Amino acid sequence: MNLRRDVFQAIADPTRRAILLLLASQSLTAGAIASNFDTARPTVSKHLQILTECELLKQEQSGREVFYHINAKKMIEIADFIEPFREMWDERFNKLEAIMKNYKKT
Amino acid sequence: MEKKTKINAEEGRQELTVIREFELPVDLLFKAYVESDIVEQWMGTKVLKLENKRHGGYQFETTDPKGNKHGFNGVIHEFVPNEKITRTFEMENSSFAVQLEFLEFESITEDTSKLNMHIIYRSVELRDQMIKMGFAPGINMAHNRLQDIVNKLK
Repeated sequence: MNLRRDVFQAIADPTRRAILLLLASQSLTAGAIASNFDTARPTVSKHLQILTECELLKQEQSGREVFYHINAKKMIEIADFIEPFREMWDERFNKLEAIMKNYKKT
Repeated sequence: MEKKTKINAEEGRQELTVIREFELPVDLLFKAYVESDIVEQWMGTKVLKLENKRHGGYQFETTDPKGNKHGFNGVIHEFVPNEKITRTFEMENSSFAVQLEFLEFESITEDTSKLNMHIIYRSVELRDQMIKMGFAPGINMAHNRLQDIVNKLK
């Protein structure tokens, strides 16, 4: 299984998406992240591990603590996956709209 | 720039939806799917056949920049004017399996309307592959043009 596919499986889980959202604005320790969820601490750790393995999160040592933060580069890569496909449809529909607006006038 | 077209493609599912709101009355939006000469203009394809009725069929043909011709066809299962089209879509001479498309047309106001296109693929893998390749139903791939757009975004 390739890495890219893993990434999409990673973001398919609602808890992991919530973790990414939480980390979008700040870096946090595993404990601080876990305190935001009702889920058991080991479960949150497992989610963090998966997100780190597929490079969506990065760990940073600060003194005795490990902070998690978002890997922006990887997040952009995911957005790009759908974007060309979306753009293509958007272009086509823009064309449809323009043609039909003219049609209305004539 | 405002993103008018929304794609909803959840991971691990063999379907996706394309949603778009138009500054057009619903009957004009629907007309764009029904009249061959209009379809040809916005989809950039030649329409060989378009039978807008239950059990009718359609056949499109596009020519790529190298002059190669690509055929697309499908069968229409449901046809309700200004409301819905249910149809299959298949690329000829390709290993891609046929897909099922549910097109729903909805009036928002007198001058605006919405299209909801629900596409179901044979497998999750096929859906992901179609997204990656930038293929979409009934169209010329227009890769160069697409690439230009993508480049502008970066």
